[in-house]
Amino acid sequence: MPSPKYRREMPQRYRLEAAKCKKCGKVFFPPRLICDKCKSEEFEKITLPENGKIVTFTIIRVAPQQFETEVPYAIAIVELENGVRLTTQVVDCNPEKLKIGNEIKLVFRKIQEEGKTGIIKYGYKAVLA
Amino acid sequence: MIGIIGYGSYIPKFRIKAEQIAHQWGKDAESIKRGLMLQEKSVPGLDEDTITISVAAAKNALKRCNINPKEIGALYIGSESHPYAVKPSGTVVGEALGIVPDFHTADFEFACKAGTEGMFVAQALVKAGEVKYAMAIGADTSQGAPADALEFSASAGGSAFIFGKENIVAELLFTDSFTTDTPDFWRREGAFYPHHGGRFTGDPAYFKHVQGAAKAILKKSGYKPEDFKYAIFHMPNGKFPLRVGKKLGFTNEQMKPGWVVNLMGNTYSGSSPTGFSATLDVAKSGDLILLVSFGSGAGSDAFVFKATDKISKVQDKAEKVREMLADNPIYLDYGQYAKFREKIIMNE
Repeated sequence: MPSPKYRREMPQRYRLEAAKCKKCGKVFFPPRLICDKCKSEEFEKITLPENGKIVTFTIIRVAPQQFETEVPYAIAIVELENGVRLTTQVVDCNPEKLKIGNEIKLVFRKIQEEGKTGIIKYGYKAVLA
Repeated sequence: MIGIIGYGSYIPKFRIKAEQIAHQWGKDAESIKRGLMLQEKSVPGLDEDTITISVAAAKNALKRCNINPKEIGALYIGSESHPYAVKPSGTVVGEALGIVPDFHTADFEFACKAGTEGMFVAQALVKAGEVKYAMAIGADTSQGAPADALEFSASAGGSAFIFGKENIVAELLFTDSFTTDTPDFWRREGAFYPHHGGRFTGDPAYFKHVQGAAKAILKKSGYKPEDFKYAIFHMPNGKFPLRVGKKLGFTNEQMKPGWVVNLMGNTYSGSSPTGFSATLDVAKSGDLILLVSFGSGAGSDAFVFKATDKISKVQDKAEKVREMLADNPIYLDYGQYAKFREKIIMNE
């Protein structure tokens, strides 16, 4: 995730901004340029709700190098109140006690650092509601 | 009339008890708990810092007032643990809240009073008519050296306040600031942990400045301690605020709602602001509130607020400070704490 890409993705990573097709109403997160349902190219910007529930999850015990100190941690597919699903880490909990259907809230957290001297990258994670 | 239109706090979920720290360093936990009047403190998660805490507190403040974030013309973040040495926390927080780009922002640093510094400037800009709304945040992931007395208190959390001229929940009546050059506590550029002057942090530093600002604002306002329903003094430990309050003529009853240090620790720039936020959680219309911060180096900011009839309508719109303190905290042992606070030297 190089810095320019990180900058471009701030609206969705920081503020959960999504694109809603003006023609058929389908919501895309992250935003897309063409609706895969009706092929429309006109979208309105919406903000996703912060609350939802866990659809499914897995516990990571062998992590990529930059997340090694966080194991074990949970990665979940969550469904937000408006039906949009996204993949996110679930934090501030014992992952062994998570259950499908748990209610969650998306919060703003540090995702990773580009080393000790690089930029710090922020985005959304889930906590139990 | 100007004042606070929205306020909110955030305290991380993780805690460490004084017994864990005392056990690690061979100290007597009961003596520490009795002396510092601290039971446990909050600890930031691995993915939390001043910026994430500021965003969480600010979102709670926005929940308590129905405004468009784009109308916030100034955002100030006071902390002594800004994640970057060069790059403002305010830009990230402003982006996350959707305030960007038409706003003024700055990061403040003045040891434990950087949060009230932000409040001081924010209210002045609103009063002057320069901006419609201004937000000030005091937040920290405080540093305390291993085995030092500070390790029992240095904690994490923060509070945010939005100032405006309409729909005010706490009117700001008076301000004052009392500052001298006092080397009681410091951290040099690049140093990981702060140093302090031991007993020198008491009378010549904390007590002199808190009393200086409090006495000045009492004189300016004409109020007496008994006129106030509540008072909040900076909480480096449990004992200092109660002692300074008593010296000034305040009772424990007046200080009780804002005295959160025994369960939260000292959140540095977020300390007195979070005590103030906890007090706003229970305040009623007409209650007078005195807030006095303290920042080493050294100085104190003092504010007199009066709760309005709108306060009761916003209190339940976001999680309250006492609810956060009681909300199923996750307790860490010292090893986990050392990892969370990055006190362990890792291989690059």
